[in-house]
Amino acid sequence: MKAKVYITPKQGILDPQGVAIERSLPALGFEGVANVRVGKYIELELPAGDGAADEVDKMCHKLLANPIIEDFRFELETE
Amino acid sequence: MTASSQTKASTARFGVVVFPGSNCDADSHDAVNSFTGAEARYLWHKDTELAGLDCVILPGGFSYGDYLRCGAIARFSPIMKAVRRFAEDGGLVIGICNGFQILLEAGMLPGAMHRNAGLKFVCKLVNLRVENAATPFTRAYAPGQRISIPIAHMEGNYFIDAEGLAEMEQHDQIVVRYCDEAGEVTMEANPNGSLGNIAGVCNRDGNVFGLMPHPERVCDPVVGGADGRGVFESIMDFLVNKR
Repeated sequence: MKAKVYITPKQGILDPQGVAIERSLPALGFEGVANVRVGKYIELELPAGDGAADEVDKMCHKLLANPIIEDFRFELETE
Repeated sequence: MTASSQTKASTARFGVVVFPGSNCDADSHDAVNSFTGAEARYLWHKDTELAGLDCVILPGGFSYGDYLRCGAIARFSPIMKAVRRFAEDGGLVIGICNGFQILLEAGMLPGAMHRNAGLKFVCKLVNLRVENAATPFTRAYAPGQRISIPIAHMEGNYFIDAEGLAEMEQHDQIVVRYCDEAGEVTMEANPNGSLGNIAGVCNRDGNVFGLMPHPERVCDPVVGGADGRGVFESIMDFLVNKR
């Protein structure tokens, strides 16, 4: 089973990378772009089973994301 | 007084944790050993025993290559369980730069670090104001004293939510803030976007301290300054005079 984990800066937290990208897009002619947020994408494989979602949720809380500054969500796929 | 009646001067024992990627371990080790009555030894991140130590230093560097988030992997090193127990028993723990990041990731100090607001690695001498001079790590300084200590980091932009900040302020846990030459805490003096110019914080009990600046790098005028000595002097004073 495959998990796709998306980690993003928490709402309301300044994301310096997002701000830098947002500022550079108009220079390339892309106008009107707002709220650029830069996050992380993690793929992992784990044993399939009913507990998989719980497992990934725990992984996110313990290691993959820092809940103080980051939000996360994930998708599970059976191959 | 006869020689036989003299008791051997007590020694303060420091352990400097070496993680894969630590690079300020030797500076911390040498800074400690420049004090009479202090003795530093290295601890490997796989060690699980801290017996006989009075203070543990988590040094600066790039533990585990800063993969995922700074300090996120190091916090699961075998030694960190022992460090946590050591702190719970009242032992002194100081995290410098990456060591501070590890303490945050481990939840031993409140808050989190994210990338510098300017997106650049900042390496320069900065001014700090000692906000709490009553901790075991800052008692050699005067309250409000301005000290000059270098920073060298990419992720020193401290964050904590409003509730956590209020709690820290209530318990005097903000130990040092970035300030200007005059000792004023201003936006311009903030090198990394850190909330409230926070440069270093302690836990509620005051025995765990983390800071981004590197006091171990300014412990001898020959390297450009000695304002960092106060941190180690404070620890020595605390240990020798038993609180």
